[in-house]
Amino acid sequence: MLRIALSRLGTAVPSLVGVVIVTFLLTRVLPGDTASYFAGPVASPEAIAQIKAQLGLDQTLPVQFGRYVSDLARGDLGTSLGTGQPVLREIATRLPASAELTLCGLLLAVLVAVPMGILAALRQGSWVDHLCRVLTTAGVSLPVFFTGLLAVYVFYFLLGWAPSPLGRLDAFSSAPPAVTNFYLIDSLLAGDSETFLAALSQLALPALTLALFALAPLARITRASMLAALDSDFIRTARASGLAGRTVVVTYAFRNAMLPVVTTLGMVFSFLLGANVLVEKVFAWPGIGSYAVEALIASDFAPVQGFVLTMAILYIALNLAIDLLYGLIDPRAKAG
Amino acid sequence: MTDMPAEAFPLPRPSATGNLLRHARHVLAGNPVTAFSFLLLLFLVGCALLGPSLVPYDPQASNSMRALQPPSAQHLFGTDQLGRDILSRVVAATRLDLGIAFFSVALVFAVGGLAGVAAGFFGGWTDRIVGRLADTIMAFPLFVLAMGVVAALGNTVTNIVLATAIVNFPLYARIARGEALVRREAGYVQAARLCGNGEMRILLTTILPNILPIMAVQMSLTMGYAILNAAGLSFIGLGVRPPTPEWGIMVAEGASFIVSGEWWVALFPGLALMLAVFCFNLLGDGLRDIVDPQRRT
Amino acid sequence: MSDIPLLDIRDLSVEFATRRGTVRAVERVDLSIAKGETVAVVGESGSGKSVTSYAVMRILDRAGRIAEGSVTFSGMALRALPESEMRDLRGREISMIFQNPRAALNPIRKVGRQIEDVLRQHGQAGRADARARAIAVLEQVRIARPAERYHAYPYELSGGMCQRIVIALALACRPQLLIADEPTTGLDVTTQKSVMDLVTELTRARGMSTLLITHDLGLAATYCDRVVVMEKGRVVETAGAAEIFRAPSHPYTRRLMRATPRPGAGLRDLLPEGAAPFPPAPAPGAPLLRVEGLVKEYARQETGGFLARLAGRAAPEAPFRAVDGIGFEIRRGESLGLVGESGCGKSTTSMMIMRLLDPTAGRITFDGHDIGSIAARGFATSPLRRRIQMVFQDPTDSLNPRHSAARAISDPIRRLGTLRGAALASRVEELATLVGLPVALLDRFPHQLSGGQKARVGIARAIALDPDLVILDEPTAALDVSVQAVVLNLLHDLKLRLGMSYLFVSHDLNVVRLLCDRVIVMRAGRVEEEGPVAQVLERPAAAYTRELLAAIPHPPA
Repeated sequence: MLRIALSRLGTAVPSLVGVVIVTFLLTRVLPGDTASYFAGPVASPEAIAQIKAQLGLDQTLPVQFGRYVSDLARGDLGTSLGTGQPVLREIATRLPASAELTLCGLLLAVLVAVPMGILAALRQGSWVDHLCRVLTTAGVSLPVFFTGLLAVYVFYFLLGWAPSPLGRLDAFSSAPPAVTNFYLIDSLLAGDSETFLAALSQLALPALTLALFALAPLARITRASMLAALDSDFIRTARASGLAGRTVVVTYAFRNAMLPVVTTLGMVFSFLLGANVLVEKVFAWPGIGSYAVEALIASDFAPVQGFVLTMAILYIALNLAIDLLYGLIDPRAKAG
Repeated sequence: MTDMPAEAFPLPRPSATGNLLRHARHVLAGNPVTAFSFLLLLFLVGCALLGPSLVPYDPQASNSMRALQPPSAQHLFGTDQLGRDILSRVVAATRLDLGIAFFSVALVFAVGGLAGVAAGFFGGWTDRIVGRLADTIMAFPLFVLAMGVVAALGNTVTNIVLATAIVNFPLYARIARGEALVRREAGYVQAARLCGNGEMRILLTTILPNILPIMAVQMSLTMGYAILNAAGLSFIGLGVRPPTPEWGIMVAEGASFIVSGEWWVALFPGLALMLAVFCFNLLGDGLRDIVDPQRRT
Repeated sequence: MSDIPLLDIRDLSVEFATRRGTVRAVERVDLSIAKGETVAVVGESGSGKSVTSYAVMRILDRAGRIAEGSVTFSGMALRALPESEMRDLRGREISMIFQNPRAALNPIRKVGRQIEDVLRQHGQAGRADARARAIAVLEQVRIARPAERYHAYPYELSGGMCQRIVIALALACRPQLLIADEPTTGLDVTTQKSVMDLVTELTRARGMSTLLITHDLGLAATYCDRVVVMEKGRVVETAGAAEIFRAPSHPYTRRLMRATPRPGAGLRDLLPEGAAPFPPAPAPGAPLLRVEGLVKEYARQETGGFLARLAGRAAPEAPFRAVDGIGFEIRRGESLGLVGESGCGKSTTSMMIMRLLDPTAGRITFDGHDIGSIAARGFATSPLRRRIQMVFQDPTDSLNPRHSAARAISDPIRRLGTLRGAALASRVEELATLVGLPVALLDRFPHQLSGGQKARVGIARAIALDPDLVILDEPTAALDVSVQAVVLNLLHDLKLRLGMSYLFVSHDLNVVRLLCDRVIVMRAGRVEEEGPVAQVLERPAAAYTRELLAAIPHPPA
């Protein structure tokens, strides 16, 4: 088991190397003078020269890369022009907000998509099947930012059910004592049900928006792989052996159908991490997505670079986890 | 389970394209949804080509006296904060959005498709290099990478096209590679070698034509994705700049008015986005049914 | 045996709803099986034999339904039975085993657990003793080290072992009737024998009835009491096994019997009476192909991966030798058979001779030229390419789905020959006529042609340039037995008329006996025995050859 984990880790290393190289190159291909980009639009020539020396932009490319890597190893992602804070610290502070939102969205999506996909496969042609296909096609066609805006309009402006989209908590509540920085968990740990409800109501709409977005591919793949599993030879054997319907569906078909779904989770995460940025903008959610977007508008490049790198590393870690999970479920994967 | 001999169903003399067209007509007739998406596509292309000359108002003409007017007889979709007619802007934006999508897809099909086919068919170093490249791109969440590329290269339409193509490269390379791999050792490919066809010739005349239908399905779906990608980038301020009409920035501009109840500024461009993407997705699904009925979803 | 049949099928008709309308797959079939009896249902593809059994078990496809007739099992009418009761019957009273055993097992569940599921479903075991009983069942199907194999997954087991597990599943609850749907198709002939012997032993010991569905007459003759012959959805004849082979009454049955390769029958004996005899065969000429010390090695997959290799812990393994130093010769006008079970290296050998694969070591000399040294990639442009051609095993896979039959046949002429235009078209028609393909079918695409027609297109393509040597890689394995008889005769005819030499690769000794002058028996990449066909097949010297011959089921002569 450990051997498999190590070998999977081994495959992640080239990806990490590639990511570091790409993020390095991205900043070096900036049109115009890289130094003035990092110095900002209102910097004086002396400031630009200083930044240039600081970033080592007068050195050769390999030397620059060496400095970049050693900076990364020390955890130095540069400094934000807007706030003057080290980028790494700002990202670390804002990461829990994004994580809470994304995880809630994903959880919601899985809880709806998987049962729906299975039911649609079991009852082909029924209303569940049609609903599944409509939601899938619509979910894939709707721009996530548009869904968010519509949700705000309907649930906040028209119906007044949701609070105003101003962030993680409304003006009257204060953050619970920080343990995980996940407001939902922290408020529960502190026994503060008022804050919990406040955080939940702020979280509801953005999480729902993300969930709808992730629902479409998940439901589609669940339905398709369940149909394929039900059509396979070993199900025919199970039926011919007289196994009860529930055993056939749950123990035999479902577990096999879940394999492609787990594999697809990687792709779903890719979409989610991207959609996260858009949803954070719509709902003014103080996560790393909106951090990067604000920095972009202000032509502040260090946070953008740090954001891209962080997201990539997170994604590699997530894929590794999915790989390991798959290895646990599918005995054939161990055979290499 | 039952194997009906071919003699049971005699057919007139067919040709390859005639065959495909007849099958296509059969599917379209039995599948009104696909036929509908086809018509929708024609409508959208019409808007893109002829729209700007047929719209009632100049998409750029602002008129502050008529700002933020709800939909009415003179302005079917209302006006935005600068008094510009939203209907005209939405139609005019069709050309830009469809254009971006079209060129991105063409680029990624040419580069990614060929790279994938070569990697699958020849194996060895070609496969390793293409694989490394695809893996490196896939290590990023795709939209984040697109953001990074456009941020680094600058806010132009060309760069959006480039970013979208880069981000979709691994998918096309992987599909093309998979298909080429499956067909590389197929009996008829071996037979083609026996008939004196060289490797390059087999790649171009035997493998590629058999892969095209599946790639066509993927291209249709990617068109939808490319439109969403461009719109998303514009929404966060990367990409197309105002005052150019583009669905994404129009939604962004309308976002601030939604909370105060002026819903029309953001709704109509958003619906246009939805319609276009929906059309391409339906078309892709319909093409998949024509091309490979076993993979129906 | 009692008078009331165990299974009584009367007037059964099964329909399928297809895009082209309703299709009747089974038409008014009568069939009965007495207690303890073994009945074979024999027929070619499209005969409806499998559909009948699916209808009995009520596991028809969604599009299928029983239109008419009755199925009575042990006095119970099965058609009207509620699904829950039918489910009780399945596995406990009536069981079924299928083709392709590995696919028939749940790939991610231990085989022992799968047997337990069946036992517990039918109340034959409780949670406490389920494992013990499952292991006992594994023992009964002769799986070695059953306690260990309990934990195995299907991908870890061989095809033959998987089929034993499937049999174990079917017999775990001691049903009264076993339906076996082509249980040995795809298995090696020795594995086939051991599987069928096992089934027979277990069913006879328990007094079970068996319904064996097969296309293989030899199998039916060897293992069954009665034979039912089906054609195009109908039963054409029913009789005891000995009687039906000795004196078949229905013309279709007679045609089927004649077409089955059997000892003592020559090629012309397979066809309906009245076929013209062959022209005399010329004496074999000078050596055309010589193979010496041919070796093909494949590097084994590295175990352990990158990090383990760094740690120096992955052991370097010897490469796998698919072909381990074989040598033989084919003379002009001769037909050499290359025989062996799956994995023996015969296909790899033929690929190397065809120059589709490069040998690791050894010489291949064709008409004096050393073709082994020309790389496979470059051989397509060599002038020798047109002189060595191949007929492939799977006619569907070897035809480009987007090319018409005419285009497929003309391809070699276009690439390697000189004819064009009208001359090319008339040559294609000439070839089609030569192989017995109606000229009207030349514009059709592979999916519009039957299996036999596709095989003919493949043959026409192979002989288009008058090759000297044709390699036939199991060319009739995928064909029905009556079509096979015609194609084999055609191949022999063409060989005599065009003066070609053949290398005939097959696992089927009966077919090799019909078509070849000499035969080579291969095992694990080496030659076990070599010699004239009559000698090797009647007085084999090697023990392995004797084993192979003993395993072939054949109808009484």
